Parts: sequence; C-alpha cells; structure tokens
Amino acid sequence: MLDGLRKRPRLTAVLLALLLAALPFIMGFGLGNSWVRVLDFVLLYVLLAIGLNIVVGYAGLLDLGYIAFYAIGAYLYAWLASPHFGLHLPFWLVLPLGAMLAGLFGVLLGSPTLRLRGDYLAIVTLGFGEIIRIFMNNLNAPFNLTNGPQGINLIDPVSVAGFAFGKPLHIFGMTLPPTYFYYYLFLAFTLLAIFVALRLQDSRIGRAWAAIREDEIAAAAMGINTRNMKLLAFAMGATFGGLAGGLFAAFQGFISPESFNLWESILVLCMIVLGGMGNIPGVILGAVLLTVIPEALRYLGDLQRATLGHVVVDPSDLRMLLFGVALVAMMLYRPAGLLPSRQRKREFAAEDGVADQEQADLYDAKA
Amino acid sequence: MITDSLLRVSGVTKRFGGLAALEDVTLDVRLGEIYGLIGPNGAGKTTLFNCMTGLYSLTAGEVKLDGAALHGLKPHQIVERGFARTFQNIRLFANMTALENVMVGRHARSRTGIVGAVLRNRRTRAEEADIRDKARHLMDYVGLHNKGRTLAGHLAYGDQRRLEVARALATEPKLLALDEPVAGMNPSERRQMGELFQRVREGGVTLLLIEHDVKLVMGLCDRVAVLDYGRKIAEGDAASVQRDAAVIAAYLGGTPT
Repeated sequence: MLDGLRKRPRLTAVLLALLLAALPFIMGFGLGNSWVRVLDFVLLYVLLAIGLNIVVGYAGLLDLGYIAFYAIGAYLYAWLASPHFGLHLPFWLVLPLGAMLAGLFGVLLGSPTLRLRGDYLAIVTLGFGEIIRIFMNNLNAPFNLTNGPQGINLIDPVSVAGFAFGKPLHIFGMTLPPTYFYYYLFLAFTLLAIFVALRLQDSRIGRAWAAIREDEIAAAAMGINTRNMKLLAFAMGATFGGLAGGLFAAFQGFISPESFNLWESILVLCMIVLGGMGNIPGVILGAVLLTVIPEALRYLGDLQRATLGHVVVDPSDLRMLLFGVALVAMMLYRPAGLLPSRQRKREFAAEDGVADQEQADLYDAKA
Repeated sequence: MITDSLLRVSGVTKRFGGLAALEDVTLDVRLGEIYGLIGPNGAGKTTLFNCMTGLYSLTAGEVKLDGAALHGLKPHQIVERGFARTFQNIRLFANMTALENVMVGRHARSRTGIVGAVLRNRRTRAEEADIRDKARHLMDYVGLHNKGRTLAGHLAYGDQRRLEVARALATEPKLLALDEPVAGMNPSERRQMGELFQRVREGGVTLLLIEHDVKLVMGLCDRVAVLDYGRKIAEGDAASVQRDAAVIAAYLGGTPT
C-alpha cells in the first residue's frame, strides 16, 4: 500500500490533507477533547523541532539553549497582548514581532559563539538559555517586566475577524473547544515552517550550511562566508522558536519562566536526534512520538488504579525511564535516527565506503 | 614569453610565537604559468599557502593578486577575488555527494539569498540549474564521470583528489593553488593528474603547485621556488634549481659550497 501511495504523490497529498483536517475530530470524538490539546502541543513541538533542526541538523551547531527563543517569543506576545501592560495588539502583528525579536536574539547569541564549536558551543548556548530563564524569573523589580515566577496571566487569545479563539463554539449541535481552532492555526504555521525548511535545505544556502557542518575551513576556502551563514542559521532557527513561543502564549493564556527550562531545550533536541537529524520527516516523527508517548503513558496510571486499586509506578517516573531506554536503544540500533536522511544513513553505514573504512582503521591503529 | 605578474608575494613573514615559519618570502607568479613550490618537510610550504589564502594572518609582508591586496582579507573574500586552493590532507565535505561538493564551490559565483531560496522564483531556478550544469561539467572535466551521486567520503583516494580540484575550479579561479595534489598516487595516476593540470592551465588558470614528486614538478612547472626553514633558497627554471648547490644541501644535507 505504501508503494502504491509513493507512486501517486497527488493522491497521497489529498489523503494526507484530509487526514490532517479531520484529525482533531477523530481524536476529539474518539479519545476525548484532551487529546486535541495534545495535538496542539504536537504541532508546537514540530514547529520548535523544525527550527532547531536548522541550527543543529543543517548547520551542525549544537544549541542547548534553544528554548530561550521560545521564551522570547512567548514573553513578547504576553507583553503586547495582555493586561500586564494594558496592551492588546492583534496577534497578526505580535506574532511576527515576536519571531523577529527572537531572530535578533539568535544573532546576538550567535555572534560571540562564532569561533566556538561542538562542546564549547553547547555549553555557551546552554548558559544563554538559562540566562534568559533567570532574567524572566527576576525581572519583576525594580520595574515589573515579567512578573517574576508568577508569570503573566490573561494573555489575549488569538482572534480572527472578530472571532476570539478563547471561548468554545457551538455549531451543528457540537461544542468545539478552542483547542480545535488552535489546531488549524498551528497546522498552518507548521506547514509553512516545513515548506520553508525544505526549500532552504535544497538551495545554495542549505548547501552552504551543510558544507559548514562538514568542514568549516574547507567551506571558507570555497568562498562561503561562514560567519554570515552561521548567523543566518541561528537567526532562522530562533525565528521559528519565537513564532512557536508566541503561539504558545496565546494558546495557554498564561506563561511563566517554568515553561522554558533546560529540560525543554533537551526535549526538543531529543526529538531531532530520535527522529533523524537533518531530515524533516524524521524531525516531525521525533516531535510527534516524544509528545504523544508521554501522554499515552498517563493511561498506565489509570490502568494500575483499575487493576491494582492504587498506583504502584508513577507514570511520570516511567516516562523518564522509557525515555532513557529509548535513547540508549536508539544509539545502539539506529544511531542515525528513526527516519534518517539519505545522506546520514550512508554516513553511518560504512560498509560500502572502502575509503571510510581505511580511514577508520587508520584511526584505530593510531589509538 | 608571458611576463605579466599575477600573484606577488613580498616579504611575507609568519611567526608562531618564537618560531619563524616563514621569513621574508618573496615570490612572483606570472599569469598562465605553472609555478612549483618545493622544499623539505616543514619548510613552510603549506604555511605559505595558508597565509596566502587567508587562513593565517601575516606577521609581516604583502600578498597581491592582480595588484589588489589579499592580506587581511577573509578566506571567502580571497576566493571571490579569484584565488582557490586544495588541501594537502584532503578536506572534502565527506558526507555530501561528489556533485554537491562541486556545487558548493559555486557558492561564491552565485547569489541566491534566503528569500530566493524560499520562494524559488525563476531567477533562483535558473541559477540552480546553472550551478548543477557547471558542476556536472567539471566532474567530467576532471574525469569523475558518473560519480556525482557517490558520497565524497566514499570515493577512492585518487578520485577524492580529483574532486578537490573540481571543487576548487568551480569557484572560477584565476589562480589555483594545489597542495601536494598527487601525494599517495601511483605513477599512472600521477601522470593523469599532470595531464589534467596542463589542461587546466591551457584553460587559462595559473597554477601554484606544492609537490614532492620531483619528476612531476620538473616535467610540469615553468618555474620552481625552493623553501627551506621558511626562507626561499632558490628560484628559477626546473633544471637550474635542480643543480643549485643550496637546494642540494637542503635536501641531502651538508653545507653548500
């Protein structure tokens, strides 16, 4: 069946579009409305993962503070569309502003780290992520910018043409909670992000990023302005992060620094690594799995309560355990990710590369 | 007789801490020639290449291409000015295909930015097609037919060397600097590479060649300079350099008489 679909791309696209359009209804009526909310988060994480993939997967710059850009987008939305400052600008203005501000911060973070590589870059970006979070935590005095750990509440929901997403809609005898509308909004932005990421990957810019990832010195010797290209990667990734942040703020109606901790950065990175770094379908799969599986595990708690009368193993503990097991298993059996890019697959499968093997043996001999 | 000067290196000095890797080196590469740079290991040949192509900054001296200063420029700017290079220890983009490697070489000669890449308008598509065509043509030119889809890291050693040449040529250089391009090759491969370099020169590219293979250097180079301990100890046509007492001393030891 998969083969049949591959041969008919147009039919596949139509089926996929129908599925995506019907998905919240299928989930909502099949599993309950809480799953529509999960779907919304899946899309947000896909958006984040695609953004981070530009930095890590395309350009090979390990960024452990990515969630800071998410935070910047979210806080800008909260500042410009909530009672906190009494501003209520429309979302179509605030979202791009948030994305741009995050992009700017991407460049700001990028510029001092240009000379750093690998571990050192990871440490600095990790620090940046923490700095932003700590700032958000403490900027409630002398001037109350972020309202500290309490966070900002009552953020305006998205409203399109006078229709606010904040309240449920009664239509055709159904009550649709706002999660349905956000699903389609997020879907639109996610599809846009996928489109942009795919186009960039297969372009002069994408090749330049790949070249930098492979060998920065050789890339410079081929006429690539490595500084600008790296900054561009940071900026693009951060822009997607900021966009996702704005959407998150509008969706939740409440943000606090707690939502932007190191764990979130690592989670998004895990999605990319698990799914297949550099490959968009892989990244999407990673984001979907790592968002859905923890939610599905909640049922284990109910199951224990139903069968044993009480909860023996807390599902959230189990979540971490399974996470760890999954990552270790991945490293052993699918080091290139679940859906690796064509290239990465070959990279890890050295059987057909005599030259590679020679090289590897040489290193062995040296060591 | 061609006498126009293309690359002028004057008084180049490079020190790493107390160590003078290059001391007051002056060279003059003429338009259209193949200029050989030889010398014992550690003489500073690769250091000179790195100084000329912007990977190292100079301690003192000047490098000029076509009269315009190269020293102080970034590597990518030097490529834009028409000076490309290959590396002694092959530095291909190992996990990109051979064709993609050459396509990267077109970077400096193409302009698509982020907007063009996302919109993929007519100009972008035309440029992309041109990049691909030129890259394919260069693959054939260096003798890598039908290897475009192979990962660069999976190519045989000799083919990797060829690919580096193709990638450097993709930048449309006036001057191509080759750092030991036939190292590790067998005699028949070396001969083929020599023929390739001749063709490249006939195509209007001036060549600067670091090489240990004396036969290749003598057969190919119009003029040769010899470096030893960071200084130029001889320069001239191949035959006269070969007889030079200082050169013999540098290679075989002993004191020049």
